[in-house]
Amino acid sequence: MAGYTLSEKIFSRASKKEVRAGEFVMADIDRAMVHDITGPLAVKGFYEIAGEDGAVWDPSRIVVLFDHQVPADSLAAAENHIMLRKFAKEQGILNYDIFEGVCHQVMPEKGHALPGDLVVGSDSHTCTYGALGAFSTGIGSTDMASVFATGKLWFMVPETLRLKAEGRLSRLVTSKDVVLRMIGDIGADGATYKACEFAGSAVSRMSVPERMTMANMAIEMGGKAGLVDPDETTYRYIEERVGSFNRKTVLHGDDDAVFDEKIWDVSDLPPQVAVPHNVDNVVAASELAGTKIDQVFLGSCTNGRFEDLALAAEVMRGEPLARGVRMVVIPASRTEYMKALRAGLVETFMEAGATVESPCCGPCMGGSFGLLGDGEVSLSTSNRNFQGRQGSPKARVYLSSPATAAAGAITGEITDPREI
Amino acid sequence: MSAMIRGEAWIFGDDVDTDVIIPGPYLRTRDVRELACHAMEGIDPDFARKVRPGDVIVAGKNFGCGSSREQAPLALREAGVGCVVARSFARIFYRNAINVGLPVVEADVSCRQGDEVAVDFSAGTVTVGTVTFRGTRLPEFLLDILRDGGLVAHRRKEKMEKEGLL
Repeated sequence: MAGYTLSEKIFSRASKKEVRAGEFVMADIDRAMVHDITGPLAVKGFYEIAGEDGAVWDPSRIVVLFDHQVPADSLAAAENHIMLRKFAKEQGILNYDIFEGVCHQVMPEKGHALPGDLVVGSDSHTCTYGALGAFSTGIGSTDMASVFATGKLWFMVPETLRLKAEGRLSRLVTSKDVVLRMIGDIGADGATYKACEFAGSAVSRMSVPERMTMANMAIEMGGKAGLVDPDETTYRYIEERVGSFNRKTVLHGDDDAVFDEKIWDVSDLPPQVAVPHNVDNVVAASELAGTKIDQVFLGSCTNGRFEDLALAAEVMRGEPLARGVRMVVIPASRTEYMKALRAGLVETFMEAGATVESPCCGPCMGGSFGLLGDGEVSLSTSNRNFQGRQGSPKARVYLSSPATAAAGAITGEITDPREI
Repeated sequence: MSAMIRGEAWIFGDDVDTDVIIPGPYLRTRDVRELACHAMEGIDPDFARKVRPGDVIVAGKNFGCGSSREQAPLALREAGVGCVVARSFARIFYRNAINVGLPVVEADVSCRQGDEVAVDFSAGTVTVGTVTFRGTRLPEFLLDILRDGGLVAHRRKEKMEKEGLL
């Protein structure tokens, strides 16, 4: 009999029976996360299910934080924050409030997503924590209300699509370029409901932050989750941040499991850019040379980590922003911000003329600040370039790596960073 | 909820994302009627004003891709949309729609803007004029959630049954 994929093993553990792809299961949730945009609807739904004096199934397994509209950017946002603070306090739930940063950075770095965990978050990019070997997926607010009440959720165990990146990436080509190329090739629905497992020699060499960029974008090809089988790199990431944990109980996929596989040779891959208004509309950055930029956004749960900021600063090498270009830099968490501060990166960006904001989602989802007006063009390290995503439906958002975004910031147009 | 829905077809293409179904700036509100006023605004600013109760969205592949915002199916439901028929759905939207009681049918349907459409979501069929298209039939436990009007109503019913109140 064939072996089990990592996803099948996680769902088998979480549903206490041996299950295979395609089976429906009722699974026990290890961790649930809500933020300020989708949390209020989940809380409302929870009280409708459980009654006014209802208690959540296990407060120690829930995390609340605010990142989309912080510090409160409107009275409506302030009211949502008040509601969630009250809920967390009354139920005894950990609430990071506005203090720690973007959910998908904070959850892994604080140890709330570990290898083999089944994690749900009411945000589509919850798939990010799969970089640590968790099965982690985004759900809606009503599903979350049901999780709050029961600690369980139904799933169809997904089939696995293994996306292998083989070879050695050239200088200034990153995991973002690899995942954009993969999305461009298989399409925005190329992995619908599948568990996307990133593998291959290039992925093995990547740091956890680089892997998080790829897992984060699994949803942009329709994936239910984005996973990397845990290895020594994974263990070190966790031990450095969370302390000791039991390596022996970590789940791994079997070599003889059943999955589809696609392979890319990334050795000669040039920097990639997703052209508006679809994430799967991907071309080499050099093909877009000359495209003028109004705003560069360096940040988000995709590329707002210290390593991303360091790479961007390396490309900019003390050069000022091109005339007429704005650059908004938002480290993804307080921890990453402090690292950037200590390394002098914040100074580098500010001397170049950029604005550096406190950790939050910023312009990424167009619901807060840093928005684009009619006809403006953004080069962004985030994950979506949908029409209207960063403000006006008449604006255009291009997606790239931090290196390509930095090159654009100092040249004023889309530029292959290797030409700087 | 009745499994039969009749209304006029509204045609949309592939990859309709939840950012165009309900744009980010409107996510501050918890008032579903306000959400409904902006349904599909990112792709058709007149939609919310013109759609009539029971109308059916007929779209291409990957409908509802992107953000997990449940405000998207809520806005459509409150605006009066009776059902979304698409060649395929993004999975988070699909679950959310069922959970908020907005029927969804995966089917490859050919019809034009304004055609009279009849959907039987229990059977997974869509009828345009005299032609019936067969789509994917939902598993029974999901149909139960839809028939009860969504997951919250379904869970409450379960709770009342358990406590012997129903």
